[in-house]
Amino acid sequence: MIGIYVPGNSGIHRAPAGLKLLLLMLVGTASALLLSRPWQVGAALLIVVGSYQFAGLGWRAPLDQLRPLLWLLAGVAAFNALTSGWAHAVLIVGTVSLLVLLAGLVTLTTRTSDLADVAVTTVRPVGRLGVDPERLGLLLALGIRSVPVVVDLAVEVRDAQHARGLGRDPRAFAVPLIVRSLRHADALSEALVARGADD
Amino acid sequence: MLIEVEHVSHGYGDRRVLDDVSVALDQRRIGLIGPNGSGKSTFARLLNALVLPIRGCVRMDGLDTAREAKAIRRRVGFCFTDPDAQIVMPTVAEDVAFGLRRRGLHRTEVATRVAAALQANGLAEYRDHPAHLLSGGQKQLLALASVLVTEPDLLVLDEPTTLLDLRNARRIADVVAALPQQVVLVTHHLELLTQFDRVLVIDDGRIIADGNPQEATAHYVRQMTR
Repeated sequence: MIGIYVPGNSGIHRAPAGLKLLLLMLVGTASALLLSRPWQVGAALLIVVGSYQFAGLGWRAPLDQLRPLLWLLAGVAAFNALTSGWAHAVLIVGTVSLLVLLAGLVTLTTRTSDLADVAVTTVRPVGRLGVDPERLGLLLALGIRSVPVVVDLAVEVRDAQHARGLGRDPRAFAVPLIVRSLRHADALSEALVARGADD
Repeated sequence: MLIEVEHVSHGYGDRRVLDDVSVALDQRRIGLIGPNGSGKSTFARLLNALVLPIRGCVRMDGLDTAREAKAIRRRVGFCFTDPDAQIVMPTVAEDVAFGLRRRGLHRTEVATRVAAALQANGLAEYRDHPAHLLSGGQKQLLALASVLVTEPDLLVLDEPTTLLDLRNARRIADVVAALPQQVVLVTHHLELLTQFDRVLVIDDGRIIADGNPQEATAHYVRQMTR
């Protein structure tokens, strides 16, 4: 599943969350600015995929990170290949994939609570401006937790759609998915209050 | 904990779900039964201030839910029917730690209490497991562990076994039966209430029977099969 912590004891798992986020920011920025040839992007991708193996995440994990973006990447590749040539298309798609894989590597090897703690610590200095760091951390954790929930809801809605013979009608998919997601959000907010989120 | 519900009415829009309900409860095991839409869940939500009465008042050990909601929620834990809606963190241990972290407990104490809660509920081996990949029964156990780790004086459970198969429902019932805390259990599974001290039957927003489990469930069954 996208971005949910996978337990492990690798060096990447053990590295501090703050350091990983800092490196993600630096490497991400450097990749976007410095990679200018397809072979450079290819080499960087190999290193990142190798890091997934080093973290014990397996060969499928990088593919799982990219799968939801395949159509988008294909579209971007086609557009750039037509307008600027294949080399530019490889560069753009490769760099985007690299950034997604790097972000995935961080979330797969870092507990959400550790990521939230970094967010809380980072935002604390601006707390005086009205930003509640604890709430920001909670928001981050809830965002990550909600990904598999919404995916599960989408699968259930799609199954119900097929069972009722509604084929690929986008309205029959979108409306119940939105309604159920909003219901879930309602129930979640009630649970947050019950569990002391407003303490 | 003494639960005092005095002339409480509540509704959603034009629909009245509780109508001038008054009752005082101090027993260790209290059951709530009634048909769907009778007002049971709303009654349960009154007890930790998730729902506030439109009329009347609810006091928990003398604390008014309308004025002391936060203090009451620290003493009254609530477990929902659907554990998916209650699990707020991505992994098992993180979810159990959630309530403790919000209370500002030290990291070491959080870790100790989380480990104990996971062990007590048979979830120790799933510590870093993604919560959404647990089975239905395990999710409900996680939801229970996440509430119990905060050591509430009273635990309110709103149909915790409704979505579970027989084996998992039995497991949850065993966990609840062994709790040292005072418990208010809303359920459709009448067999869970046989050892309870007091059972209320709610129908159409009113308490229509109140007594020991045998009398109350017999009244309910007669009412439902008439």
